Amino acid sequence: MKGETFNTGKLSNNGKLMVIDFWATWCKPCVEELNAINENYAAWQKETGVKVVAISVDDARTMTRVAPFVSGRGWLYESYIDPNGDFQRALDVNMPPHTFLVNGKGEVVWQHVGYAPGNEDELYEMIKKVAKNDSVPASK
Amino acid sequence: MSDSQFTINNAALCIVHCALIASSFFFFALRSSAQNVAGGTLHGNFELDAQYYRPDSLIGEPAVPQKMLENSFVNFIYQNNDFSAGLRYESYLDPLLGYDPRYTGSGIAYRYLRFNKDGLDVTAGNFYEQFGSGLVFRTYQSFALGYDNSMDGIRVKYNPAPGVYLKGVIGNERSFWTEGSGIVRGIDGEANINQLFKARADKPTNWIVGGSFVSKYQVAQSPTYILPQNVGAGAVRINFTSGGWDIYAEQAMKANDPSADNNYIYQNGYATYFTATYSEPGFGANFGFHRLDNMSFRSDRAAVTTNLLINYLPALTKDHTYLLLNIYPYATQPEGEEGMQGEVFFNLKPASPFGGKYGTDITLNFSVINSINKQVTDTIGDYTSNPFKIGNEVYFQDFNAEVTKKLSKKVKLIFTYAYVIYNKDVIQGTPGYGIIYSNIAIAELSWKINSKKNLRTELQNLYTKEDQQSWAVLLAELTFVPHWFVAAFDEYNYGNDIADQRIHYYTGQLGYTKNTNRITIGYGRQRAGILCVGGVCRNVPASDGITLSMTSSF
Repeated sequence: MKGETFNTGKLSNNGKLMVIDFWATWCKPCVEELNAINENYAAWQKETGVKVVAISVDDARTMTRVAPFVSGRGWLYESYIDPNGDFQRALDVNMPPHTFLVNGKGEVVWQHVGYAPGNEDELYEMIKKVAKNDSVPASK
Repeated sequence: MSDSQFTINNAALCIVHCALIASSFFFFALRSSAQNVAGGTLHGNFELDAQYYRPDSLIGEPAVPQKMLENSFVNFIYQNNDFSAGLRYESYLDPLLGYDPRYTGSGIAYRYLRFNKDGLDVTAGNFYEQFGSGLVFRTYQSFALGYDNSMDGIRVKYNPAPGVYLKGVIGNERSFWTEGSGIVRGIDGEANINQLFKARADKPTNWIVGGSFVSKYQVAQSPTYILPQNVGAGAVRINFTSGGWDIYAEQAMKANDPSADNNYIYQNGYATYFTATYSEPGFGANFGFHRLDNMSFRSDRAAVTTNLLINYLPALTKDHTYLLLNIYPYATQPEGEEGMQGEVFFNLKPASPFGGKYGTDITLNFSVINSINKQVTDTIGDYTSNPFKIGNEVYFQDFNAEVTKKLSKKVKLIFTYAYVIYNKDVIQGTPGYGIIYSNIAIAELSWKINSKKNLRTELQNLYTKEDQQSWAVLLAELTFVPHWFVAAFDEYNYGNDIADQRIHYYTGQLGYTKNTNRITIGYGRQRAGILCVGGVCRNVPASDGITLSMTSSF
């Protein structure tokens, strides 16, 4: 419950697409994924206008680590904490990392669980497809 | 340049200031995978964990006459404008080794109806809620841990003015397939000064103040004790944020609450929690302190282990992920402990003196937990304690350092060192072992073979003269994006003083992921250990066999 209460209905990227990434400071694949995206984030933003929103599911034990962790890693994401799992439950997230791609209308058009190096390229292919025609890509 | 600078500040500020609640229904109606039902949407998630047990007398595996055990759940959420409803069906036939046998059975373990209109949010049925940092109230679920203390009753949340948040709860807590007999009632209020007063809306510093009161009622029928039937607990909290600073303090007090946890003593409980964090781009630090004195709080005074807890007292230590760093995890001692933790994170930029070509991330962490100062004053065990004096007995200490360095575009190295002091007598409640001192070193190498293939290896060593002596781990994991992974590891107790206990705990795993479906099949041995999430732990007995795990959301 650190800091201000934020209503998830206000998450938006002004009609452009958004990536919502559930992660935790204790989740190694999550940190790897956000590191990998961060390396290319500026280019992704420039080419597609995408915004990455990082939702930490750290609870009262580890949530004080979140802000220094994000800053210490040099991440540039808009970041929030979901300390009692309310948003996580609402979006049916079993465990992090769980990545949602949301189009400009606020519709979830693609999602993925887990992370292995190279998944960020797959995510970016999806981002480009959605940015181009803003339509739901056919499921692979 | 000025654009990216703005983004940095914005992100750094936001993470410090924003916690998040999902009171909005924004997403539910918009999910593409959801089914349209009667004008609303239906979606959910699923998990199944099963194991076929192979008898293995060497590792001390308990007998499993059923041969196969299984834990699973399916969660459904229905959403229609301001209305939502959900249920979770759970099945434990029979529960996996290490889970409480009282979970045996199948049925609907969680269900609710909820509406949210004009700032009023009402839930009937089961719900999860937290007041402040959880010192006096938190209900939550962890399927991996077999933990669920969901309330069954009514919750009302109301937002009467901008920046003012009120919550009220009443109900009974879940206890496996039944409910605890104690009634839990609670209220919480919070005010955000900058949201409340328009004149302060754009101020760079902010104050958030809050308070909560929780009371439980349980009938007392003891022939030996005169027990309080109503027990109240309250907490006040304050949060100050300014620039990169975020300072939080919470103080809780619980009225006398004789219970199995405190050996039926009649005295008040106290908890103090303080954290300060500072962050700026490329650097972050945090410091935490807590003191717990007689703070176990349950809706049944006779309950033990993790059953029917009302509050949440997490461990003030780092939550490690590597296998050997989880041989000696700390578990909070709610009856009395005092401790602190400090941590710094920094990012050495590429081309800076120690940054190398690709930059280097460094994390240093230290935690120390001791007993509280205590002078016993009578024969039943009541005591006085000086809160400004730390107790002499060391419960736990952990100093650890982690360096992440990218050597080239394809190769990344993470080096971790930890020195851990673990008081097994206190933490595991088994007197006679003494203190375990261990040194742990871990090297992890990740090699991106090509854009689809990645090899990750871990070499870990834990050195100790105590307990089961030294361990080593060798792990290799090969991933094939987008769908497959294969991994193998061996956890080897090579240093054990008893020659035939130098056991190899080997495991092989194969996994397949497609969108939100994930299936993992494994074969091997699991060492006996303690699985902890937050400050809550459970014992996992040794086992051998084939495991199957599936998760999905739909």
